[in-house]
Amino acid sequence: MPERDLDVAEMPSLTPVSTMEPVDLVRADGGVPLTGKKARQGKLGVIGWLSISWLALVTLAAILAPILPIDDPNQVTASIARQPPGTDGHIFGGDGLGRDLFSRIIWGGRSSLLIGTLSVLLGLVLGGLLGLVAGYFRGRADGVLTGGFDVLLSFPQLILALTLVTVFASGEGVTATRRTVVLILALGVVSIPVLGRITRANTLTWTQREFVLAARALGAKQREIMFREVLPNVLPAMFSIALLGVAVVIVAEGGLSLLGVGTQLPRPSWGNIIAEGRSELRDSPHIVIIPTIIIFLTVFALNYLGDVVRARFDVRESAL
Amino acid sequence: MPVLLRRFIHLVVVLFCVTLFVALLTSMLPGDPVNSIAGFAPEEQKEQIREQLGLDDPIPVQYGRWLSDFVTGDLGSYWTVTGDRPVVDRVKDALPVSIQLMVYAQVLALVVAIPLGVATAYRAGSRFDRGSNFTAFGLLALPNFALALILAYYVGVQLGWLPVTGYVAPSEDFVEHLRRMAMPAIALAVGQIAVYMRLLRSDMIATLQEDFITMAKSKGVSPRRVLWRHALRPSSLTLLTVAGLNVGTLIGSAVVIEVIFSLPGLGSLLYESITSRQYIAFQSLVAIIAVGYVMLNFLVDVLYAVLDPRIRHARA
Repeated sequence: MPERDLDVAEMPSLTPVSTMEPVDLVRADGGVPLTGKKARQGKLGVIGWLSISWLALVTLAAILAPILPIDDPNQVTASIARQPPGTDGHIFGGDGLGRDLFSRIIWGGRSSLLIGTLSVLLGLVLGGLLGLVAGYFRGRADGVLTGGFDVLLSFPQLILALTLVTVFASGEGVTATRRTVVLILALGVVSIPVLGRITRANTLTWTQREFVLAARALGAKQREIMFREVLPNVLPAMFSIALLGVAVVIVAEGGLSLLGVGTQLPRPSWGNIIAEGRSELRDSPHIVIIPTIIIFLTVFALNYLGDVVRARFDVRESAL
Repeated sequence: MPVLLRRFIHLVVVLFCVTLFVALLTSMLPGDPVNSIAGFAPEEQKEQIREQLGLDDPIPVQYGRWLSDFVTGDLGSYWTVTGDRPVVDRVKDALPVSIQLMVYAQVLALVVAIPLGVATAYRAGSRFDRGSNFTAFGLLALPNFALALILAYYVGVQLGWLPVTGYVAPSEDFVEHLRRMAMPAIALAVGQIAVYMRLLRSDMIATLQEDFITMAKSKGVSPRRVLWRHALRPSSLTLLTVAGLNVGTLIGSAVVIEVIFSLPGLGSLLYESITSRQYIAFQSLVAIIAVGYVMLNFLVDVLYAVLDPRIRHARA
């Protein structure tokens, strides 16, 4: 079957305007040539390996936090309050209250990475499924789902997350666990339309391919075609966007922390360490600068790897 | 159906969904919403609030009332122990501050990104190109609130060049106004610069391979003129659309930046309404932001259709 020329008008969300629509969660500068020759070819290169190592390091530290020989992140030692890195063997120094900053960063990574991965996973599963259905069956299902994605995207994303968290987990008596769960759900909801749209767009292209037609001719069931033939081809696109998504969510949690609705203190997250350090900025800038560097490296690594995956599989939202 | 009409229908549907969601916000508060809104209030005031918000009414009635209040400029009240004050009074003062901040950031981002994008596209592959690209890629990984704090520390505190907090209206003292807005605008603009530069660069590289560019070159048009006159124009359309649509990102970031630099804009009001649990004010602020964003998106779409004949004439 010759590749059908897709009519722009048939795809309401894929008119040229929409394909260019920058999505906060993704920074959809899709198709922009990458930095570095290696990344352009979809190879890891030195920076790629460094990125993987860094992510492995922070993930491992976050997972192993309870058994690592570090201070309790909430233990207050008055003598190290606001002290610079290196004081009394505390490598990152103390925070404003005198808690060990190194330990808070490790435990903070637990919150930040947990929120980042779980909410994107939520978006990946729900958005992916809906996008797959929309792109595979097209027609009315597509119209409704795409419309739904558009409505969700018509809210500035941070504001939507902020609203959900404020309504469902602010005020007195909100436990840290409730706040974290609501953060994951809220940021997950925000990422559904982003992942849904990218999945739909890619599903549309792959569904046109000959092997799908062949599977159909052989009498395969719809569900089999969707999950066995189409989905494996769409996964790289979803995965590359998901990597960027984790980075964006980590930053978004930081933004929400500064607005007072990030991870609930005293439970640390990279974002709320920065938010707390704000008041000590004048005399103890390290409380802000150290977590900033950690977030920067993590986001950089995720962005870089996302781009490598994207280059490798030639993923473009506008690939239609 | 013409494209513009379809866009308009889309606008109406989206506006309906967004406002419905916002209108029902307060009733979604866990527990008795009135306790969250004014827990301190005596029973009769609670009754009055309940009455005013119509929390017991069916949803269409609640929505209708909220909408008619909203469009007539009644944004509800701040409920405090000492009585209630209308939200709209403070919004009037805050809105210009937020708009100024976003306009400055956007203009700054474009002013820096366009020459950089053009230059890197022209010298694609050179050391300058690779350097700029890599810097841009790095800047994308720097959260703007972190950048804001670092700027505040180094430029504001260490060097003492610029005041760290506060706002001065342009009508009062324009130079001081710009001094106060400089750091917030830079913090907001940096991330956008990276996006715009990379976008324009890739677009320009594609344009530079078109036949009409070769034609212009062979006619002996100077490289400068080819770049700025012949190549930038077709490439800038995408950039401008993205810049318009990027306002969504900008709004979210601006809220955080305003709080950091204590600028009395919508973001600061939003923050204040969260910390002091003024949910009615919160609801109205979210509505203003969301509706503003939806309308702006619509305008960008229309503008795009007007500018680009291919879209205007697309069969729908």
